[in-house]
Amino acid sequence: MTTPALELVNVTKSFGNVTALNNVSLKVEPGTVTCVLGDNGAGKSTLIKVLAGVHKPSSGEFLVEGEHADFASPRDALHRGIATVFQDLATVALMSIWRNFFLGNEPKKWWKPLGIMDTKLAKEITKKELLAMGIDLRDTNQAIGTLSGGERQAVAIARAVHFGAKVLILDEPTSALGVRQSGIVLKYVLAARDRGVAVVFITHNPHHAFLVGDRFYLLNRGRMIGDYQRGKVELDELITAMAGGAELEQLTHEIQVIRK
Amino acid sequence: MTDTTTVTKDERISNVSFVTNIMRRPEFGALLGAIVIYVMFAVVDTTGQFTTLQGTAGWTDFASPIGIIAVFVALLMIAGEFDLSSGVMVGTSGLLLGILVSEFGWGIWPAIAFTLVFAAGIGLMNGLLVIKTGLPSFIVTLATFFVLKGANLAITKGFTGSVRVSNIDQGAGFEDARKIFATTFDLGGAQFQITVVWWIVVTILATWLLTKTTFGNWIFASGGDANAARNAGVPVRRTKVTLFVMTSVAAALVGIMLALRLNGMQAGQGVGQEFYYIIAAAVGGTLLTGGSGSAIGASIGAAIMGLAAIGIPFALWDQDWVSTFLGVILFSAVLVNSFISRKAKGARK
Repeated sequence: MTTPALELVNVTKSFGNVTALNNVSLKVEPGTVTCVLGDNGAGKSTLIKVLAGVHKPSSGEFLVEGEHADFASPRDALHRGIATVFQDLATVALMSIWRNFFLGNEPKKWWKPLGIMDTKLAKEITKKELLAMGIDLRDTNQAIGTLSGGERQAVAIARAVHFGAKVLILDEPTSALGVRQSGIVLKYVLAARDRGVAVVFITHNPHHAFLVGDRFYLLNRGRMIGDYQRGKVELDELITAMAGGAELEQLTHEIQVIRK
Repeated sequence: MTDTTTVTKDERISNVSFVTNIMRRPEFGALLGAIVIYVMFAVVDTTGQFTTLQGTAGWTDFASPIGIIAVFVALLMIAGEFDLSSGVMVGTSGLLLGILVSEFGWGIWPAIAFTLVFAAGIGLMNGLLVIKTGLPSFIVTLATFFVLKGANLAITKGFTGSVRVSNIDQGAGFEDARKIFATTFDLGGAQFQITVVWWIVVTILATWLLTKTTFGNWIFASGGDANAARNAGVPVRRTKVTLFVMTSVAAALVGIMLALRLNGMQAGQGVGQEFYYIIAAAVGGTLLTGGSGSAIGASIGAAIMGLAAIGIPFALWDQDWVSTFLGVILFSAVLVNSFISRKAKGARK
């Protein structure tokens, strides 16, 4: 058994008298896609923020590669190889693709403290890395805002992978996208996994999760209510479990009565 | 999957022509405007001096102090912040230099050093207040503007009993300092101000800083989307505070130049100038919401102001209309800029 890239043991996070996460445990293995499914208000955002280093757990243990982790900021998490791609906050629309790709990690030349960017190298690497992920963009000078939502997510994923992310946390990467665009992003999720990255895929869409996931965690009202392995679970099961089983039956019944 | 081994052309991407590429540059509209205005004033010129080196020395003299500050105001605006205290800062630093020399008997050089450090302190205060309080920089620096405006008047009167500080030439090193900050040089028989050299150097430096360095990348990101920038690990706060300091120091530099040139300083100097800098930056293609713009653009904006300030009297028009002219230029330039950038970016977004 390999050491999990990330592990939460009985983590609780509360804000004042609101408990957003209650005794949550999960394991994220390298080279796999771990899906965290949950409806609105399930605690997904809080979970991401704990993993990304934005929030500290109120209690419980957060392990990175088997070692206790105590992050003060997202920068700390980034240094440990945990990269988070936030839904809408991943890229700066007005900036060019290559500037976005290297934002915060600019390649420097000559005397480093001067901070002179090696723009030529940056453009070359951007093009090469995007091509390696199967994204073919001819002009990396164009503003990233001119790309589609899926392509922008893809650039953000490629960037995280290039900068040696061991863990890639994706916050609802497909929620604002159409069917085709979602497909593109899911393809890059698998491309990242094939490069040995541990992907944490947070979504409320069980269809998308089922397509790429190796392991599925279900989050509901701050608690982990389910843990499934790929191959041992059917899509229907996931959907039902996610919607809270009995609740869905009740809802189906009510709707049927109305429609009759 | 697309074939990645042979670099096939993506049929969805049309060729970007050289012309479109130039039009995409934020300062393109300003450059076009400057050329049109230059030609216009050259045509209506009644003195026959406008296009000569003498005329050029005239408008560059007017434009250079504006340009030196406008370049940094533009960088700050690209990072998403305003500095309305940059105009009054010119007066404050000139007065401070004057008082240190004429009232306290300091030498010119220590007085210059102290003035620059003081200006950096004001910039730092502006920046930290904006960051710590989370209030819009428009309000914070507007407050600084009025605080300094009042202090300039009160402190000057307190020391000199008038609204003017003079006798800076009694400080040791005055002539040496003038050689760097306030002299003229001969070019083809015309006397150009040394500030023009400063202006050009500052523009080149700022352009290099913005486009070729890490810090420049952070400037664009801080103004374009502060959240995304922070998530990518960009020190947004530090970037902004540094730019406030730079703007304030640039204003102090101009204040020092003026004080040395005039051998004195009026307490009301610089008040109202802050809008010239913002106009220059906006005319030069800097987005008021941040995230896009250029340093050269701001310099071209300053040049347009110089052209108008010299061209209007040369055309024997009533000089009272200079501000009106600038107002019209500001509006049309920003209109044209937004039109061009939309065209150049294509229909999307």
